[in-house]
This record gives sequence, C-alpha cells and structure tokens, in this order.
Amino acid sequence: MGAVFTEFPWGVILILLPVTGGMLCFLWPQIAKITGLFIVFAVALLVVGLAWQIFDNGVYRHAVGGWGAPLGVDLYADGLSLLMLAITALVGIGISVYSATYFKHEQAVLFWPLWLFLLAALNALFLSADIFNIYVTFELMGLAAVALVALAGSREALGAAMRYLLAALLGSLAYLLGVALLYHGFGTVDIALLAERAEPSPIIWAALGLMGAGLLLKTALFPLHFWLPPAHASAPTPVSALLSALVVKASFYILLRLWLEIFGPLVGGAGVEQLLGLLGAAAILWGSVQALRQTRLKLLIAYSTVAQVGYLFLAFPLVAATGVSAWSAVTYLVLSHALAKAAMFMAAGNLLCFGGHDRIADLDRVVQRLPLTAGAFALAGVSIMGLPPSGGFIGKWLLLEAALMQGRWDLVVVMILGGLLAAGYIFKVLGYAFTQADVSHESKAVPASMEWAALLLAVAAILLGFLAVPVLSLVSIGDPFGIGEVRP
Amino acid sequence: MSTPFLYALVGTGLFALGLFALIIHAHLLRKILALNVMGSGVFMVLVALAKRTGDAPLDAVPHAMVITGIVVAVSATALALTLMLKLNAKSGHAELPDDRRE
Repeated sequence: MGAVFTEFPWGVILILLPVTGGMLCFLWPQIAKITGLFIVFAVALLVVGLAWQIFDNGVYRHAVGGWGAPLGVDLYADGLSLLMLAITALVGIGISVYSATYFKHEQAVLFWPLWLFLLAALNALFLSADIFNIYVTFELMGLAAVALVALAGSREALGAAMRYLLAALLGSLAYLLGVALLYHGFGTVDIALLAERAEPSPIIWAALGLMGAGLLLKTALFPLHFWLPPAHASAPTPVSALLSALVVKASFYILLRLWLEIFGPLVGGAGVEQLLGLLGAAAILWGSVQALRQTRLKLLIAYSTVAQVGYLFLAFPLVAATGVSAWSAVTYLVLSHALAKAAMFMAAGNLLCFGGHDRIADLDRVVQRLPLTAGAFALAGVSIMGLPPSGGFIGKWLLLEAALMQGRWDLVVVMILGGLLAAGYIFKVLGYAFTQADVSHESKAVPASMEWAALLLAVAAILLGFLAVPVLSLVSIGDPFGIGEVRP
Repeated sequence: MSTPFLYALVGTGLFALGLFALIIHAHLLRKILALNVMGSGVFMVLVALAKRTGDAPLDAVPHAMVITGIVVAVSATALALTLMLKLNAKSGHAELPDDRRE
C-alpha cells in the first residue's frame, strides 16, 4: 500500500488527466460539466497524493519516458511547486463549482475544455524542470487563457483578448530568445544543471534582460500592466478569477524560480533587485490609486491585482539582508492573494448577475439582499488590505518586518500607503453596498452555489492566517530558497 | 566572423525588426505578421547557435526545440487570426480599441 503511494507517478497523471478530460469535454459536450467537475476534484486528490510522496521521499523528480535530464523532459516538484499546485487545485475547485451554474448552454460547452487545458498547462508549468518546457507550458496556458477571455463574446472582451494575446506572445518570444542564449552559453535547458554551469558573463545579462522583460510583461508588473485591467475586467467572471488568482502567479513563479536558481546568485547586488523593488513600489501606488478611481467593480478589482502584484516584487531588494523571511512573505502573499482575489471576483460576478451591472455607485443595499456575497467580498477585502488574522496579513507583516530590519523606510512607507489605499477602495465598495442606490434596478436571484463558492474561498483566505507554521514548513521542503540565502 | 554567428545576428535583427513593426503598426494583421517575423528570428538564432564552438558536432536539441516552437507559433497565429476576424465582424475594423483610460 505504502509503496504504491510513494512510487506512483503522481506528477504525470496531474498533467495527463486534465488534458484527457479537456478532450472528453470537447468531444461529448453533453457530459462536459460532470466530467469537468470530476476531473477538478480528482486533480485535488492527486495533489494530495503527490504531497504524501514528497513528505515520504523528499523532492519529487520524474524523468518522463525514462529519458533523463539532458535529452528528455523532467518533472520536478519541491515544497514551492507543491504549494502552487495545491493552491491551483483549491481555487480550481471553487471556480469549477461556481462555473457549473454560471455558464449556460454554448458558453459551458466551450468553457470546460478550455479550463481543463488551462489547468493542465498550470500543473505542467509548476512541475517543469527545464526552461524550454516552461516556454511550451506558457504558450499552452496563454492560448487557453486568451480563448477563455474571448468567451464573453462582446466587443470589449474580444479587444481585450487580442491585446492579451499580443502581450503574451511578445513575452513568450522574448523569453524564448533568452532560452536560446542560455542554451548556447551553457549547453543545457535543465534548471538544476544551468544553476551548476552558469557563470557571470554577457550571456547571463542578455538572457536575464530578455527573459525578465518577457516574464514581467506576463506578470503585469507596472509599467507593463496595460493589458491586464481590460482583459480581467471584460472576461466572464470565473475566468477573471482564474486569471487574477492563478495565471498571473504562474509567470511570477517562473520568474522567482529562475531568479533563485540561476540569475540571483550571479547578478545579485548589481541593482537588478533594486529595480524590481522600485517597479513593485510604483505598481502598488499606481494600481491602488487607479483602483480607487474606478467606477466599475470588476475594473477596480483588476487594478487591485496590479497593486498586489507589486507587493510580490518588494521582496527582491529585501532578501539580501534578511534571507529567507522575505521569500516566505512572498509565498504567503501569492497564496492569500490567489484565494482572496478569486473570492472577490466571484462576489463581483454575483453582484453583476444580481443587478445586471457592476457600477459601484448603483449597488443597492446588497448587504441585506445578498448577505453571503457581501460577506465574501468583505472577508476577501480583509485579506487584500492585510488586516489580521488573514493570510494577507501574515504575508504583509513578514514583508514589513523584513523592510524594518533592513531599515528600508521608503518601502515601509509604500507598504503602509498601499494598505491604506486598499482599505480606501474596499470600503468605498462596502459603503455603497450598505446604502440604497438613487435608481433602483430589477434584480435576479443568484444561485446559492455561486454565493457559497465565493464565501468559502474568502474564508479560506482568512484561515490561511492561522496556518503560517505548517505552510512555511511545507514550502521549505527541498530548500527552494536555499540559494537566495547564501547570497552575499 | 563565422557563418553561424552571422545567422544568429540576422535572427536578432529579425527579432528587433518584428518588435518595431509590432509597436508602430495599428492594423492587427500587421501586428500578427510582426510577431511571426519575431518568432522566425528567434528560431534562426536557435538553429544557428546549435553549431557550438570549434569542431564540436552539431547539436540536434535546438532543432527539436524549433520544431516545437513552430507548432506553437502556428497554433498561436491561428488563434490570433480567428480573434482578429471576430473582432472585425463585431467592430467593423481590425484594430485594437483605443486605450481610453477608464
């Protein structure tokens, strides 16, 4: 029994199952919903299996087809990959339950295959051990995500999808050129081998420039965020939640991986971290101010994503002196933002479905009329603002502590301002949610499963605040941040 | 200057040319073509740099990568063209909507 669990190739099935499921959904649209839900729950169980295996055997490494690193494709999972897989599965379940009632008729037929392909691409990306494989999974993810944005079918959605596609392809090509240079320079695409062989050289700088620019474009770090707000605001609600919660994090995860393993040790201390931190700080202020100025709820949440992405980059300049705690903060922010932002978009989707619009000023006493949705929005807001006891609080507290320890008062001020602005835009929405609107609108009933899905994800974002010790010990399996720590 | 290096240089040139065209042209078909030119540039760099230093035998791995890259590029172009047609049908012109700061 135990041997079966510890030898089973969980990682391979994690990728194959959603791909197969996606094709099944495409071929037999009448069973798409059932198949989709089944696959998403099965993926969650597989992640549990993989976690078991990693607890038992340590880091997971699987050579697909028995070919091995230099020639074949390797799958690799340590604590960080495992956490990303787990959050993908968790948010995925929430989004699938929500989508099961959200999408009707033709849209549902198209949604399930695309979502399962996206899930497969995300899982493959988190399990990738080589930089070329990452390029391929990026493209799979990007194409599925663009098609999902276009699913809304409106002119705005198509325009936003097109802009998103162009940005994603540009980012991928810049990344691929970086891969070509690294391969030429060091003769391998395997991340671990690259980490051993790479040495400071012009190739490293050129590759860092190209891959960094491509990944920052995909992560939507200010000022490369221009494609994000229209795409996230005009997509169907579950898709907005997917994009903000998971897809943006995937490219950040790769950036973090490459920085920790390859680039950080080589170019650390040369100002790259400071630049990333500066852009992150600008993203926090710009994104928050823009969010505060929006009149449409979904655009407000999309700009809030721009701001929250900025927090992730603040860790780069802080790591040098404080070591691992800044990376723990980043892990925590990624997890809690994924849960909270998915919940927030779903709550916005419920309001949109309820009133037929998402104009913030016209929210009509939704607290009384949709208490679960308003509760979900408020709880998710607590995590986004970084108030205790939420997951967002732990992440921001660790980051603030790192900044204080290092005496980076500029970053401390930015973080506090960002928190205040976040409180501003969340209370702006909640304020209108309590009061009566000038013009009343007809309202439609919102299915209970959509309300509960939003609320449960928001509650999970809060509960994450109580799980700091197990989560942080989980992420240290395989020591993903080890190299970052010994850097001078 | 060795031949592979020249090819790689031309590939980089194509990448830069494509990037320039992607930015300045408004029509989506031109943008999509520009991305394809950029892609060809990257593939050329990959193939050219397969000839590693000195007399070492040719490395086949970059060629396999280029094949994969071409498959990806074809699918991406197909999706982009479909989107462009849909957008054209909805809005009457194949250009991105203006960046109105909403």
